[in-house]
Amino acid sequence: MLVIVCPYCGKRPEIEFSYGGQAHIARPSQPVDLDDQAWAEFLYMRSNTKGLYAERWRHSHGCGRFFNALRDTTTDHFTATYKTGEPQPEAAALRVPATVTP
Amino acid sequence: MSLQRFSALALIRRAVNRHESWQPQWRKAEPKPAYDAVIVGGGGHGLGAAYYLAREHGLTNIAVLEKGWIGGGNTGRNTTIIRSNYLFNESAALYDHSVKLWESLSQVLNYNVMFSPRGVMMLAHTVHDVQVFKRHVHANRCNGVDNEWLEPEQAKAFCPPLNIGKDIRYPVMGAALQRRGGTARHDAVAWGYARAADALGVDIIENCEVLGIRRDATGAVEALDTSRGPIRTRKIGVSAAGHTSVVMAMAGVRVPLESYPLQALVSEPVKPAFPCVVMSNTIHAYISQSDKGELVIGAGTDAYTSYTQRGALHINTHTLDAICELFPNFRRMRMLRNWGGIVDVTPDRSPIIAKTPVPGLYVNCGWGTGGFKATPGAAHVFAWTIAKDEPHPINAPFTIERFRDGHLIDEAAAAAVAH
Repeated sequence: MLVIVCPYCGKRPEIEFSYGGQAHIARPSQPVDLDDQAWAEFLYMRSNTKGLYAERWRHSHGCGRFFNALRDTTTDHFTATYKTGEPQPEAAALRVPATVTP
Repeated sequence: MSLQRFSALALIRRAVNRHESWQPQWRKAEPKPAYDAVIVGGGGHGLGAAYYLAREHGLTNIAVLEKGWIGGGNTGRNTTIIRSNYLFNESAALYDHSVKLWESLSQVLNYNVMFSPRGVMMLAHTVHDVQVFKRHVHANRCNGVDNEWLEPEQAKAFCPPLNIGKDIRYPVMGAALQRRGGTARHDAVAWGYARAADALGVDIIENCEVLGIRRDATGAVEALDTSRGPIRTRKIGVSAAGHTSVVMAMAGVRVPLESYPLQALVSEPVKPAFPCVVMSNTIHAYISQSDKGELVIGAGTDAYTSYTQRGALHINTHTLDAICELFPNFRRMRMLRNWGGIVDVTPDRSPIIAKTPVPGLYVNCGWGTGGFKATPGAAHVFAWTIAKDEPHPINAPFTIERFRDGHLIDEAAAAAVAH
């Protein structure tokens, strides 16, 4: 089981969280302007990265809030978690594994 | 290499000289500079596609590239359940095509894939389950796919270890039974296809990782870069399961996939104690007994995308909770091993077997948690698609474009969870 650092509550076990998929996918502000391809991109296409991946988590059995995380999908190692609205940390600044080991 | 046929007589003949005259079942092929077609991924789906390309479409100057060893990915990691009782017409046609091929596969390949149609029983635990399963039974019957409704007592008669007591957390309210469903030996499927394809001239190249896909000025594929050098080809069939997104990105194609760990586990081997396959989507467990005697148990996927081929123990614990409640006589069994595979999941939980926007690039992916059952059928129509540059009528609906056009084959909504 992973240990995940909620940016609001701190270190908690994985079972307190639910997964929210890829992060930083903004809902189109004018959906009617989108053609079918662009709409499919928004709804269904995910980068499914092998490596460092920005994703959403929700501390559903804790504070209930969404936040974002950077996790390496080849190791499941979290390099950072950060609050919704904060910019994604630069990968280069994360050389030193920040907080958590799985 | 000429195929050394297996038969009872051959077995006796080899026994006389102490089984020392058996030949390797396929060659260790070295990559050639160019092929007419290349399959990326040496699992059951990829090896099967190569076999059908050679046998049915006369394409024998082809290769299968495998990053590790053949059958070492999801083909060797799944719980080998075979069934075709899917809700929608498109799915029923595809999966039943596969079941029909399973039925004669051992004879066709001259390789015992140990297909055992022992019956797959899916348990209903809620009123919603009962309604959904009965709908499935009727839909299947319209499509010529066998599936029947069982009351709890009938389910118990079919599978005596089943607990149909009313005092458990999720009592059994009935079950849908597909008698033609069952299991097969996973390794044998990869090996059987590899041996048969090799005999037709197909090069099976292990330890050969694809590093890049080169395209010409028109955008069509022209070559692959691999860990064992470049290989020229005008047709590439990607059959890379959990790593499909990674391979497709090399050609600049985005596919609607997410890769999740899916775990399974086996118990210590015991005498025959479990006659069929039982699945419960609602409480996330499936179980059968292998011919070696191990209980083979599968769980749901882990919560998050990953390429690690491992998952969290609490997922297995949850599954074993369900198994112990449904089959109390297994409570004292010891589990021997657990492992994970990486499954590529589409938004509608139906696969993609299709041409792509890149000429010469074809993909067979998105099987999620249930690709093993489809191995022969998917391989067969994928080979057709590659050879003819157009889909077989059975896989024509399973395009990438369905996500743009809205023609989803929404088995996700039909089954709600892993299937």
